[in-house]
Amino acid sequence: MGKYYIFQDQKRCIGCYACELHCKTKNNAPEGAKLCRIVPTGPQVVKGVPRMHFVFMPCFHCEKPWCVYACPTGAMIKRSKDGIVYVKEDLCIGCKNCITACPWGVPQWNSEKGKVMKCDYCMDRIDQGLQPACVTGCTTGALKFISPSEASQVKREKFAKDISPLKK
Amino acid sequence: MGSKRVYSICAMCTGRCPIVVDVEDNEVEHIWGNPYLLGGYNLCPRGAAGKTLLNDSERPKTPLIRDGERGSGKWRSVSWDEALDYVADNLKKVIDNYGAKSVVLSDRGGAITEFEKAFIAAIGSPNYFNHHATCSNSIHNAHLSVAGLARNGVTYDYKNAKYLVSFGRNLLESLVTGEAKNVIDMIENGGKLVQVDVRWNYTAAKADRFFMINPGTDYALALALIHVIIRDSLYDVDFVQRWTVGFDELSNFVKPYTPEFAEKETGISAADIVKLAHDVGNAKPSVIFHLGWMTAWYSNDFYLRRAICSLNALLGTYEAKGGLIINKGPGSLGKPLKSLLSQIPKSNEPRFDGCGTKYPHLSGQWGLAQELASVLLTDEPYPVRAYIAFRHDPLASLPDPDYIRSAYKKLDLLVSIDINFSETGWFSDVILPEDTYLERTDHVIARNGSKPGYILRQAAVQRRFDTRPRSWIFKELANRLGVGQYFPYNNIEELIAWQLDGTGYSLEDFNEKGYIDLVDKPIMWDRVDGLKFKTPSGKIEFISKKLEDVGVPSFIPYEKPIELKPGRFRLVTSKCALHTQGRTTSNNKLLNEYVSENHIYIHEDRANELGIKEGDLLEVENEGEKQHIKSKLTKYIHPDVAFMLHGFGDDVPLRTRSYGRGASDIRLQKGLAKVAIGGNCPYTECTVSIKKIK
Ligand code: SF4
Ligand code: SF4
Ligand code: SF4
Repeated sequence: MGKYYIFQDQKRCIGCYACELHCKTKNNAPEGAKLCRIVPTGPQVVKGVPRMHFVFMPCFHCEKPWCVYACPTGAMIKRSKDGIVYVKEDLCIGCKNCITACPWGVPQWNSEKGKVMKCDYCMDRIDQGLQPACVTGCTTGALKFISPSEASQVKREKFAKDISPLKK
Repeated sequence: MGSKRVYSICAMCTGRCPIVVDVEDNEVEHIWGNPYLLGGYNLCPRGAAGKTLLNDSERPKTPLIRDGERGSGKWRSVSWDEALDYVADNLKKVIDNYGAKSVVLSDRGGAITEFEKAFIAAIGSPNYFNHHATCSNSIHNAHLSVAGLARNGVTYDYKNAKYLVSFGRNLLESLVTGEAKNVIDMIENGGKLVQVDVRWNYTAAKADRFFMINPGTDYALALALIHVIIRDSLYDVDFVQRWTVGFDELSNFVKPYTPEFAEKETGISAADIVKLAHDVGNAKPSVIFHLGWMTAWYSNDFYLRRAICSLNALLGTYEAKGGLIINKGPGSLGKPLKSLLSQIPKSNEPRFDGCGTKYPHLSGQWGLAQELASVLLTDEPYPVRAYIAFRHDPLASLPDPDYIRSAYKKLDLLVSIDINFSETGWFSDVILPEDTYLERTDHVIARNGSKPGYILRQAAVQRRFDTRPRSWIFKELANRLGVGQYFPYNNIEELIAWQLDGTGYSLEDFNEKGYIDLVDKPIMWDRVDGLKFKTPSGKIEFISKKLEDVGVPSFIPYEKPIELKPGRFRLVTSKCALHTQGRTTSNNKLLNEYVSENHIYIHEDRANELGIKEGDLLEVENEGEKQHIKSKLTKYIHPDVAFMLHGFGDDVPLRTRSYGRGASDIRLQKGLAKVAIGGNCPYTECTVSIKKIK
């Protein structure tokens, strides 16, 4: 079962790409491979000021991961204890079926190794009790590593504060 | 070797963020922010990409001596002994023929500048200068004249600020990690950001209000704000009475600058200006009028910046919660660091750049980098024949590098000491390659702020190539010139012990957190009795006798910006989060993957008139200089403005990733290597024409 979720606080995100850079350095992702992405959208004028929305796209670690079903060798694995979907590199034959299967294009091509690599929530860090690199290194602390239910709670509270007539 | 954590200081830009480096078997695993100082492991993208710099082979790997014409790119790899002997012998010749003052040295500025300053002083030259003519000279000199404080003599208390007004300081893109984080905290805490700029950017996108101002009219806005704040009695009466001189003169001076006047100039409505004045007036003193960072814009910057300093003073923001906190150093606690420089007799010779003479109001502390070319060409006030550019790349930062380069031809010796192949290095006689910040330990520096202390850059890994640290390079040069006694150490550990002598601390004390705090709680001076402004009066000086005594007025009337000829654009530049100092970041493998070239942004209506579409290749021209660059169209830029990122158009072929990519802004800035009243170059006075390449 998926235990984790990366919550992105739009109010804090400044679209600086630090998450991507921390991810790339942590995972030694070669040129072209980006395990997470910030996709800037906008600008669009809201209350007189053009605003940006920066969409953070790591792997969603799906409950029914298309990539896992598509993988012919069993290299793409969903870890049962916490739902992390990861590639077991030595089993990957570089067929790219997972890239085709994932509706969001999340698995990345490692051109140096001829294999697929993907966001694994920085599994090795999690197993040491740490948080993913992108979350840890984010310039403004816009990313939070929490459980999906916490995420909905955080989001609801933020929204409530935003629409409250008593906000400061 | 196993794994270890090393606390240090980033050098990917001049933000100098505190970092912690995870090292595994002499390889950098990861670079994070120092959590003790940044409240988390947060670190900007450039800081994270520092890992790639270390093993990059596209940097000088051994000392190099030129083996062809200057700039020909022909180099002979030599030993350190040969390179240092070569530099020392040629310096001796210059000193024998023209005197020590004919040797000049510059750096990129900042806090870790003791070795080079000591070296140039030790050989008897007064001629240290730095990069700030192309950056913050105008705000530095303005702040000194108003408050007796350096540009960075205050720390902004963003987290507690209720209003932050930024005149074009792109805080969330040209960013420093801690500052960006604190500004976001401020916004989350309900503080309001007001961004004034000639183009919308990501900082504006986060602002409560964004004012697109007519280019070159910021001074009119600042004066009108002062006008309303005084007229409507919105200022901090107690603070103004206690801590300022010249309030009446200021009040009289701003009388004509009504909001209606400013509306016509700036394009910002009078009602908006009045509202902003009232908003900050009501929020005082928890208000920050950001002094600026790169403020080399126009010829009148000095007065714009004096006005911004005055706004802070009127609202009593100095030493107020949520305002500008005056920095305190370890010296104020009786624990100064020992300094190499203070052991060396000061030269009595006049400076080459006219600071203190031709420009009596300008401090020679930072000097005037843009003056070197004309001094070389005229031999006035005296000949300069040797120049050491240390981690400074004037040919990549001063306006009109072709002109500067032609003047540098007159040098008998041009030395570049850098981790990079800089443009200046490429044109020099000798390149002395420095260890990167991950490979070297520097001298201890004071952490000035509300909690003074010390901080240290420490080597995280062993060096990759035949490079050396600055502590060694300058000592070796000093030895060869017979002034080695001013470098009384055999290694950096000895120097650090000497620096810390008498403080009760030692090198080991940096191990735990990477820095040393001298106090537990922030020191806040008493706003009634305790403030220290290092002006002659000890107060904020709206009227500066010191300036007026040398014929520089305290106020100048607003003047309209130089008229824009039909069909032309004002060229404006800035940075993005992935690149600041272009020469550290533009050829960085990781950062280059993200932004490898710049684009020119113009208003879509202007583009329409010119038949330009998104992505078209354009020719941008000024005074015969032509640059090619692709277009981006936007609604959110002033129609008179063309914007590009600074730091592109690399000319050094060995930097294969950035070589020839994008356009060079500085090449278009013809004739602007001149000294404005604030000591800055007036970059933004460059105008260009733009056409589509058929
Ligand atoms: S790679 Fe795509 S399909 Fe697979 S878990 Fe991630 S988001 Fe789901
Ligand atoms: S969790 Fe790790 S692998 Fe996934 S996007 Fe973040 S840094 Fe990259
Ligand atoms: S802002 Fe970024 S590049 Fe600059 S010193 Fe800080 S971490 Fe390094």
